[in-house]
Amino acid sequence: MDAQSIIAKRVARELREGMLVNLGIGIPTLVANYIPRDMKVFFQSENGLIGTGPIPEEGMAHAMLTDAGGKPVTALPGACTFDSATSFGLIRGGHVDVTVLGALQVDAKGQLANWMIPGKMVPGMGGAMDLVTGAKRVIIAMQHTAKGKPKIVKKCGLPLTSARPIDLLVTELAVIAFPNGQATLMETGPGVTAEQVVSVTEAELVLPAKIPAMQL
Amino acid sequence: MKTVSVETAVALIPDGATLMVGGFMAVGTPERVIDELVRQGKKNLTIIANDTALPGRGIGKLVDKGLVSRAVTSHIGLNPETQRQMLDGKMAVDLVPQGTLIERIRAGGFGLGGILTPTGVGTIVEEGKQKLDVNGKSYLVETALRADFALISAFLADYLGNLSYALTARNFNPVIAMAGETTIVTAEHIVPVGLIAPDHVVTPAPLVDYLVANG
Repeated sequence: MDAQSIIAKRVARELREGMLVNLGIGIPTLVANYIPRDMKVFFQSENGLIGTGPIPEEGMAHAMLTDAGGKPVTALPGACTFDSATSFGLIRGGHVDVTVLGALQVDAKGQLANWMIPGKMVPGMGGAMDLVTGAKRVIIAMQHTAKGKPKIVKKCGLPLTSARPIDLLVTELAVIAFPNGQATLMETGPGVTAEQVVSVTEAELVLPAKIPAMQL
Repeated sequence: MKTVSVETAVALIPDGATLMVGGFMAVGTPERVIDELVRQGKKNLTIIANDTALPGRGIGKLVDKGLVSRAVTSHIGLNPETQRQMLDGKMAVDLVPQGTLIERIRAGGFGLGGILTPTGVGTIVEEGKQKLDVNGKSYLVETALRADFALISAFLADYLGNLSYALTARNFNPVIAMAGETTIVTAEHIVPVGLIAPDHVVTPAPLVDYLVANG
């Protein structure tokens, strides 16, 4: 299984029946592919849709039914649409159970940087700051390293997305949580040892006595 | 409410105007008004909108022609031309978290001076802003936004100017309809009064100043 599929599959196991979930672009979008068929999860697109469905079949796209990237989507039975103030009221107001986002850096205390690289990449924060500030649970889905460089660092050097730390970090090598504000290795990826995880992680990891393998 | 041609509606907008424009990645953007702004060559515009879309689409068309001097927006990541003009110093870009942007607009339209939001506390977004502690929690004071013109794309407009919207083309539209000194609307369909049931009217007719006739 490739890295992205491992991450998406593991994150999908965090979702439960009836949850309102917001998925970011990239790996987070793939999470929807791995929830059990009979489990009803409400997916929100922050452009104003709950009940976001898969990409439409050819010829079935509607110009006024799109995701947050402006790409055509479908709406599942029971879907509803609303304006951007309501959409961000849902997000900031603590009504979104889980948001799954990508990241540039996560640090030892669970702080997140995922919206800009000064002087290089200034796309704007879009909805990311509101999501990290307001969602009940923030899960980061990202590859463990970028071009061999650690993304899990001692302290974020890039501008933070929010003062609020994330709840869970899932990579192809590890599941990391932040009890008491300390990055703690909870699970290791398929065929990966704790030592291997530590060797590609800049942040100091708390290693519990028992670290189970990721169940996929 | 007056029904006008798109040429007449856009002729009302002077160079240097501040425009709020509906749409999310050009979905729900009044393209005919944008095209006419380009045709009439309106310059030095300040655009308040969720994003600047893509080159060649929606607000991206204004950016392509160099008609925008300032953008107040949450995301420009999908428009390399906006980023280029920003880095070249040709366009000022104020990046605002999306939920803060829509609330600042809502505050402007609802007669509020601003809002208190936790979004941005402890990040570079808080620089230069007032911070308030309310009931033990920190908030940023984010001031209200208003515009000279609100440019709206609706799905249905009735002959009086009552509006309803379709699917994800709603986005910023009903909120900015409250926050412009003058509101200009294009609608996919213009329909008899009564066809939009009272419960389904999203933007009440008295908010609409000009409805652009469908050609």
